[in-house]
Amino acid sequence: MSTANHAGFHHAHHFESAEHQYQSSKQGIWLFLVTEILMFGGLFVAYSIYHSLYPQIFHAGSKQLSITLGAVNTVVLLFSSFTMALGINFVQRGLRLKAIIALAVTIVCALIFMVVKYFEYTHKFHVGTVPGKYAYTDETRSTTKVAALVKEAGQVSAEEREHTLHMDEEEYKHLRLLNDTHNWPLFFGFYFVMSGIHGLHVLAGACLIFWVLLKVLRNKVGPEYYTPVEGVGLFWHVVDLIWIYLFPLLYLVG
Amino acid sequence: MSHAATSAHTEHNYLNHQKGIWSWLTTLDHKRIGIMYFIAIMSFFLLGGIFALLVRAELFTPGKTLFSADVYNRMMTYHGAIMVFMVIVPGIPAIFGNFVLPIMIGAKDVAFPRLNLMSWYMLMIGALITGSTLFMDRVDTGWTFYTPYSSIKTGMGVIPMVLGVFIIGFSSILTGLNFIVTTHKLRAPGITMTRIPLMVWALYSTAILQVLATPVLAITLLLLVAEKTLGVGIFDPQLGGDPVLFQHFFWFYSHPAVYIMILPAMGVISELVATFSRKVIFGYTAIAYSSLAIAGVSFLVWGHHMFVSGQSEFAGLLFSVITMLVGVPTAIKLFNWIATMYRGSVRLDAPMLFALGFMFLFTIGGLTGVYLASTGMDIHFHDTYFVVAHFHYVMVGGTLMALMGALIYWFPKVTGKMTNDTLGRISWVFIFSGFNVTFYPQFILGAMGMPRRYYDYLPTFTELNQMSTVGSWLIGTGFIVGLVAVIHGLIAGEKAGNDPWGGKTLEWTIPSPPPHENFDKTPVVTGGPYEYR
Ligand code: HEM
Ligand SMILES: [Cu+2]
Repeated sequence: MSTANHAGFHHAHHFESAEHQYQSSKQGIWLFLVTEILMFGGLFVAYSIYHSLYPQIFHAGSKQLSITLGAVNTVVLLFSSFTMALGINFVQRGLRLKAIIALAVTIVCALIFMVVKYFEYTHKFHVGTVPGKYAYTDETRSTTKVAALVKEAGQVSAEEREHTLHMDEEEYKHLRLLNDTHNWPLFFGFYFVMSGIHGLHVLAGACLIFWVLLKVLRNKVGPEYYTPVEGVGLFWHVVDLIWIYLFPLLYLVG
Repeated sequence: MSHAATSAHTEHNYLNHQKGIWSWLTTLDHKRIGIMYFIAIMSFFLLGGIFALLVRAELFTPGKTLFSADVYNRMMTYHGAIMVFMVIVPGIPAIFGNFVLPIMIGAKDVAFPRLNLMSWYMLMIGALITGSTLFMDRVDTGWTFYTPYSSIKTGMGVIPMVLGVFIIGFSSILTGLNFIVTTHKLRAPGITMTRIPLMVWALYSTAILQVLATPVLAITLLLLVAEKTLGVGIFDPQLGGDPVLFQHFFWFYSHPAVYIMILPAMGVISELVATFSRKVIFGYTAIAYSSLAIAGVSFLVWGHHMFVSGQSEFAGLLFSVITMLVGVPTAIKLFNWIATMYRGSVRLDAPMLFALGFMFLFTIGGLTGVYLASTGMDIHFHDTYFVVAHFHYVMVGGTLMALMGALIYWFPKVTGKMTNDTLGRISWVFIFSGFNVTFYPQFILGAMGMPRRYYDYLPTFTELNQMSTVGSWLIGTGFIVGLVAVIHGLIAGEKAGNDPWGGKTLEWTIPSPPPHENFDKTPVVTGGPYEYR
């Protein structure tokens, strides 16, 4: 279909007008977002079932997550939603340069989010708070890596823990709590799956924003035609919204 | 897209509008995409059918007949998975929905033609990935991929298999989304929602189901992959999880999915009954809204697949009652079709025979569903051949019958040529009779206690199993005759006019095959879709 080009915007042949096409596209995007929410809905259902079955697991597990890092990421995403909204607005008003900056900032926020996630994840790999079977040292699932770490930390003084094991008292306490909780790796199964799928959405969102950024650069969108920018923006808000639910569920429930 | 297209000459049609295989593979024309779906899905059907014949052949005698139990389990899995995810679910909407839906509402195309093409490619990619597992680590879980067997016990081939199905699900979501927006936004002037053909109503309800149910399948399959690769423990009791959760999730999709399979078929039947009775369809609104009602209720009944999974008695009772409610809108449709035929000038051309076959077989399938929905009886019938017979009566006796009817009915519109009616009728005789010979004995086998998904059976069950296997050969013959009818029609079919069957919906007002943009000028509609008398 012909879309925007230098001579202004031509709507596709099977629509009556640009407005008609815009309304249809928007409905399509909303429907797609419904499917995204339903997909995460499945995860939320599973989460709430297990949370009510085993509150202790979720208590111990969430203690292990860094509320600070989670909160930073929440702020970063909220801010990016704001810059995304600005970006749409600038495109609609034909403020090309401002739009480019706003969209670029949004992408940078997405990347910051992923970098923070990277640090969170690597730390978990480090101390062994990983999902399911990987948390255990062997096939028989008799001990966890965390148990080994806690044992080691228990044999030395607090200073030495700080020094050689890079573990502060807070973390030591939480790891011990975890170690005393039966089947705690289940929590990290949820943590990694939920935040992992969300992270993939952040990456996809960043790519999409980059795509519309290119469109702005090439003058393919502007005041007469901005459907892709708006659509990607809606997607980004939903990704943001899902995180707003994930953050309290995973980090704060404890 | 060329701009000259708007001034297409009448002798030009969508088939000769552009030439070459590349023009097909990159086409944005909903009619061509429909044909591409037809070719793809029929190839899958052939494959799934060969597996079915092999499965049945193995069951000709007790014990080993042709191959080992291991091979049997894999063939049964591929048969089920291919037929469900690649044939019956996409079947009618992707093929005929694509072809007729825009025309029936007076539109030039679906709302998002590129997305439409993309859906086709996703089906192909998904099918390739799923199919590639035939040559990998074994997949012998059955099409339901139940945990813990799928997650802990069996081979790693389950992962690509499930990812393929995931991608196919995506294709299904995108098609549904496209149809919803098309129905909302692209109706020609005068076509209100209460003037769209019943086929469109059926496709529309199906599309809602596709959009609302499939995401749950997506997450279920992703969780299964996560379980298998990371051992997240959500379904693994050893890690604190619960394998039954998988079943809840799976059936929360798969029960609505059975209506994704049957609703479009019901749409086809409504068209066939109206056209071949030459009467205004009886109870248009009742048929239309019953589609929506079926779609709605289908979300509330998944637990009837799990009566024996240890759910509470109260849950069982509730699911049982709600399940029986589905019968109401279904019966509404059936009675309206019969009322339409009553005192109509019914013509028994091949498509109508398939429609009658649908009504007959689907009724048996539906009524036996009521047996299964009664918790007490289900304890006896669960996981026996009674279930196998039930769902084949519904899915094959229902959907496939409708698919054959749709094929012969719209063939003249699609190709401009007629199929030979005698060949069509012969095909029907084989499929219809073969079908009953195959699956009726399975009701008896099930009631006698023969379990499903088994490689072996007690010698007392031999005769009925042999009957069933012979029946499968009859069905196979019927489909081959159908294929011959199609090929014969393509090569030597008589020229069809605009409206060979005397249909009244919009697709019969335009030339066969239709021009590239469907309508030279946008139609304006002033009445209902079935104005016979
Ligand atoms: C056309 C002739 C067909 C024959 C002879 C046939 C035969 C069979 C047989 C013998 C089984 C194995 C039952 C068991 O061991 O539990 C089976 C399973 C199944 N078939 Fe068919 N089938 C046919 C067509 C279809 C079609 C068109 C569909 C499309 C929906 C279909 C869907 C299934 C499903 C869903 C299963 C269940 C697999 C499972 O329980 O894991 N079949 N079929
Ligand atoms: Cu069901």
